[in-house]
Amino acid sequence: MSAIGSAPRAARLRAGAFRGVLLACLGLSVLMLVVILVDIVLDGMDLISLNFLTNYASTFNQDESGIRAALLGTIWLMGVVAVFIVPVGVATAVYLEEYADSTRWFNRMIEVNIQNLAAVPSIVYGILGLAFLVRGPFGQGNVVLAGGLTLGLLVLPVVIIAGREAIRAVPSSIREGSMALGATQWQTIRRQVLPAAIPGIATGVILALSRAIGETAPLIVVGAATFVAFDPGLFSSFTALPIQIFDWIGRPPNENVDFPALAATAILVLMILLLAMNTVAIWLRNRYEQKW
Amino acid sequence: MEAASVAQRRAAPALGVARRRIGEDAIRALLMLAALVSVLTTVGIVVALLRETLIFFGDVGVFEFLLGKEWSPVIQPQSFGVLPLVVGTVVVTGLALVIAVPLGIGSAIYLSEYASEPVRKTVKPALELLAGVPTIVFGYFALTFFTPNILQDLATLEVSIFNALSAGIVMGFMVIPTIASVAEDAMSAVPWSLREGAFGLGANRLQTSTRVVFPAALSGIVAAVVLGISRAVGETMIVLVAAGQVAALNAKVGEPHFTMTSYIAAVSKGDLAVGSIQFKTVFAVGMLLFLITLVMNATSIRFVRRYRQVYE
Repeated sequence: MSAIGSAPRAARLRAGAFRGVLLACLGLSVLMLVVILVDIVLDGMDLISLNFLTNYASTFNQDESGIRAALLGTIWLMGVVAVFIVPVGVATAVYLEEYADSTRWFNRMIEVNIQNLAAVPSIVYGILGLAFLVRGPFGQGNVVLAGGLTLGLLVLPVVIIAGREAIRAVPSSIREGSMALGATQWQTIRRQVLPAAIPGIATGVILALSRAIGETAPLIVVGAATFVAFDPGLFSSFTALPIQIFDWIGRPPNENVDFPALAATAILVLMILLLAMNTVAIWLRNRYEQKW
Repeated sequence: MEAASVAQRRAAPALGVARRRIGEDAIRALLMLAALVSVLTTVGIVVALLRETLIFFGDVGVFEFLLGKEWSPVIQPQSFGVLPLVVGTVVVTGLALVIAVPLGIGSAIYLSEYASEPVRKTVKPALELLAGVPTIVFGYFALTFFTPNILQDLATLEVSIFNALSAGIVMGFMVIPTIASVAEDAMSAVPWSLREGAFGLGANRLQTSTRVVFPAALSGIVAAVVLGISRAVGETMIVLVAAGQVAALNAKVGEPHFTMTSYIAAVSKGDLAVGSIQFKTVFAVGMLLFLITLVMNATSIRFVRRYRQVYE
């Protein structure tokens, strides 16, 4: 009889049971995602139509009600967010990776600060926006610009962190080669490092936008309106998709309008937008990812 | 002679420091200015919260705020005891953790120690997708599906339409990806040699995972849980939509509860008059929320540092 027999039955059973429990944990988490998605599709599918996208919200007629103002508001907000986070986020990432001496307290403080900011509750950014962008001496009121900048500050850490990773992935031999040919540091960054890092940066920007597009709480605090029946501009009051959804969820259905169903339909549109953005991000990552 | 001096001049290029380039310095300064935006954000948050909070404490005593048991800032007689909001936050966060900690860590162990590469490659993005679902969607789901269909019909519980239980459980699922992904990173960072040593001594996967990998990754796993708590404490929309809006100083999970975040959102929904006491409560409660999450994030960052120092 060999000394190395198979493990005792009890031990094998226990090992199997443990594996089963772990698998159940994972399975339950994924199952919940599936249930949520199916629930949204079932609830929202019936009312979706072109009219739903192009009509203003209505409290009288369900079939005439739509998300025109909310969709335009969201597009405006995302425009402001993008215009703000791309230059500021990329510049910060370049500074921290290419210039900053990470042993100096000042630069370490910036890094720790960004780590902390990434975990500050979104509603606190809403309070920041309320205090400085909506009210106060430089306050703009409850306008698209204030809302967009608030969301921009909220997702800025996402872009910075993704940008830093993309820049760090460019091998230093590329920089050394460029420097050896006489390029200055900035010429090296602009002509060698940044072009190589663009796919990673773009992915980070899209992920940041997809985080911003669903944020509701900060917009409530900066005073997004719930009922808007005009096309918003940069300095007009606004509503946005998540705000419209929140408003509809809060209204009890009456004989004319099933508000929760409208909310589900708007959620469906939001989820489709999100899915599209994530698909582009994954495609970008796979298509342009460089292996050095 | 003259030719030689020309050659000499040619042969001795300046190898010293190039002339100072003002453009390069300007660009560096500009980039640093951009990096300062994030520092200014933190300063702005602290200044905004502190300014109004101090004014608030001119009207309401610090201890009255922190230890008071009644929260009624709008309806007379006014009362500003924040404890009901804190208790509501603790109740919902606790429920979320009961779901998220076991499921998140279980998922992380499976993904790190058991799953084959193809499984990992498909399941991880699915979990990330769960993390990317806007929280208003979770709120809708908790209110219109989880409470009526699961809690009331399937589990036949006596819960109100707005209740902390539904919000807490659904929030737990929202937090799972955060915990799973950070914990999985921590366990993947444990060197293979430790596992090989355990297998070599005759341990099976169960023993290796629970007695070798899990303890070795413990600080990272603690960081994951702390980060999860901080996300749950800061989450607004699920609670605002599904947990109702009653400041209640009890732990009855079947009943409505305000949390710190949902109070802030609920009261700022109307256009608040600057200088009104309700306007000031937004900042005072916000300050408390900010401080709580700040302490948690600092703790989490410290724990993450510890496991990094050991293995990298």
